[in-house]
Amino acid sequence: MPTIFTPPQVDPRRKPDRSGEPGDGDHGSGRRPPIDKRTGGNDNGDGDENWNDRPVGSRGPRERIDQYRIGLGFSLSAILMFFIGLVTVFIVTKSNYHFDPHFQYINSWRPTPVPHIVWLSTAVLLLSSVAAEFARRSMFRESEAMDEWIGLGRPLSRRAGLWLSGALALGIAFLAGQADAWQQLAARPAYLRANTSSKFFYIFTVVHAIHLLLGLGALVVALVGLRNSRRLTTRQVLVDTTVWYWHAMGALWLCLFILLEFFQ
Amino acid sequence: MKHRTLGFAYLALSTLALLAGVTISLLMRLHLTWPDWVPMGRGPILPEEYLGAVTLHGTLMLFFVLTVAPLWGFGNLILPAQIGSRRMAFPTLNAAAFWILAASLTILCASPFVAGGTAISGWTAYPPLSAVAAAGPGQALGMDLWLASIGLFSLATCMAAVNMLTTIVCLRCDGMDWHRLPLTVWGWFTAALLSLPSFAVLLAALLLLFCDRHLGTNFFLPATLVVNGIVMHSPADGSPLLWLHLFWFFGHPEVYIAILPGMGLVSMVLANFARRRVFAYRVMIAVTVLIGGIGILVWGHHMFVAGLSPFAGSAFAISSMSIAVPASAEVLSWIATVWGSGITVGKARLTTSMLFALGFVSLFITGGLTGPILAQPILDQYLHNTFFVVAHFHLIMAMAGVFGLYLATYYWFPLIANRNLNERLGKIHFWLTIFFAYSTFLPMHITGLAGEPRHYAQFTGIAGPAGKLLAATMPLQRHITLSAIFLALAQIPFFLNLWLALRSSNTSVPNPWDATTMEWAPNAMSEDPTAPEPTTHTGPCEYALNGKTFHPQWQSVTQPNQAE
Repeated sequence: MPTIFTPPQVDPRRKPDRSGEPGDGDHGSGRRPPIDKRTGGNDNGDGDENWNDRPVGSRGPRERIDQYRIGLGFSLSAILMFFIGLVTVFIVTKSNYHFDPHFQYINSWRPTPVPHIVWLSTAVLLLSSVAAEFARRSMFRESEAMDEWIGLGRPLSRRAGLWLSGALALGIAFLAGQADAWQQLAARPAYLRANTSSKFFYIFTVVHAIHLLLGLGALVVALVGLRNSRRLTTRQVLVDTTVWYWHAMGALWLCLFILLEFFQ
Repeated sequence: MKHRTLGFAYLALSTLALLAGVTISLLMRLHLTWPDWVPMGRGPILPEEYLGAVTLHGTLMLFFVLTVAPLWGFGNLILPAQIGSRRMAFPTLNAAAFWILAASLTILCASPFVAGGTAISGWTAYPPLSAVAAAGPGQALGMDLWLASIGLFSLATCMAAVNMLTTIVCLRCDGMDWHRLPLTVWGWFTAALLSLPSFAVLLAALLLLFCDRHLGTNFFLPATLVVNGIVMHSPADGSPLLWLHLFWFFGHPEVYIAILPGMGLVSMVLANFARRRVFAYRVMIAVTVLIGGIGILVWGHHMFVAGLSPFAGSAFAISSMSIAVPASAEVLSWIATVWGSGITVGKARLTTSMLFALGFVSLFITGGLTGPILAQPILDQYLHNTFFVVAHFHLIMAMAGVFGLYLATYYWFPLIANRNLNERLGKIHFWLTIFFAYSTFLPMHITGLAGEPRHYAQFTGIAGPAGKLLAATMPLQRHITLSAIFLALAQIPFFLNLWLALRSSNTSVPNPWDATTMEWAPNAMSEDPTAPEPTTHTGPCEYALNGKTFHPQWQSVTQPNQAE
């Protein structure tokens, strides 16, 4: 994340008491040469202001992005546990058995072949993640951020918006592929549909699709934000958080797909 | 909405749930003791109504009182000020969590009024009977409403936990290092950390149970099942035991979620009124996190008699007993903190909040001692379905948890309401409550050992030796019921106290307890964004040897504060 208009972070505990003392450029990490840091923050921009000297919560964009990333990380851990719960049930159910009246060992699990379209849609989802990553990286491109700061339009948002739209389109294509897979499954003979393994196919894909729909909603919000939000940080946060969520859902799908394809 | 407003709103929800839960429990006790008793204006209480009451009592108390009030009620009210922040990380997410939770409580409270009444599976909703609508009157729509309510609750809890965790990680003020965080914050942090994985797994389990009920799946239904004389075949081998694993993977951490904030507060309050440091502060931090960590690994001890493999049972017995180690460390630290601090000679201040903290310790020890007993699979075989277990969890979780809530109310009332609670009324409330709490729950050990089963709607009219055995426990049962009624009545001084304090015009002085933690700093609770940002200079609980001078966290090291 190269473009964040903040000086390097220093250990806040070592901050010297500077009351009544003229600024000597010592912000806790030792004395530095007197470089004029015109950060262009929302202060008077006198060059003497170090954002790390501000109270927690107003130290500029890096702090805000960190906060959203940490919040997203906690949310993703809960989502991951949710799917681990479902996968546990899958593994246990697969190996469950009973004895019939003739004391025969019966394991009624029959694998459900995954429709071939799912291979294609998985590739589409991965491509979508790649497009989203391009969007995320372009939000932090230094020279273009500078252009915007000087007042030469918003090249950064334009480019990220294009990539994000691509990711959105590919995401919708993935969901269309999943819908096709559901129809193919429903068209199979009843004795194949009745097996528990096909129900796991539905559970995994539908629950994942709901999470992906949330991601699509976030992508739309990010696109709207790119158009309308005036603060660069807000746009960076929107795109960054959305794309990390999108990556996580892509990775999650990859795991579920491998489970369904190879471990039934 | 501001986080303080949300905190009050959460506490209001919890109070409603508490009043409903207590009323239901008294009705259950009255029915157990006098089964022929007919409530006014209706017929006798039917067995399914009794089981519905068991479900509602457990669900209201566990979820809506013991989880919501300490973690989200006081968490929203106090936590930001205690880490020196004026806001929480995600206010919108926080407010959304509250509204989802309010919807969840509304759905639960609606369930007794639908056709068939409320669910009768208890707060654990064991399949296969919870998966089959024909299993009982409340198992149709009532069970669906229960599932919807708890599903929403899980979602809301995860959202609120994300907000709380991010707040603690990102918004601590300058100088508030991790080792300077008050133990209360560590309690909240560990509880919120536990609630993410546990409620996520519960949500997955609820979803699968819903599919079993309505979408023709068989995750929790065995191949052949006989319900009410009807034989049911399912095409797959589901496993009811699997639900128990998923549920208790949530259910056991849940009890630590309920009690950890209270444990943290007890440490801080004991230290404050004993004018001492918390004994072994850093060890206590480690122990708090350790209790949370081991708490995830012990769920199998709820399943010793449910058909769990005996080998798995041994493993869970060992992990369950090992949690006694950090729990004992907590108790030892509490005792070491107050030992010889002059409670008896009046040097330490025996305020109402101090009394409730000591009461918490007492209940925690009494309830905790039966923990290692129930962690033995062979003893649990006999005790599992008796009132011995009811006594155990009501002492250590319900009563200790409620004492934690009273402690928080008495201790923080001057801060959150700017009024003083009456100490005399508070002490009357404390002594009556602790007396009747023990008088209610201690005898349950004895009736449980005598074989009194739980989940039974009626103990009279049973033929044979079992009936004789149960008849012998009836005098004690009457004693328990009367004590429970007095325990409920003993709460009148508390509500009277609140009402009088809120009506009075005498405002409280700043920092009346001479406390050292950040929430008592001037302007700490202010929501004015222009107020100066707080800074932390020392760890909590810095008192001089004479007990008079102390060092608040918000004052720089050069200027100690003189008490009085």
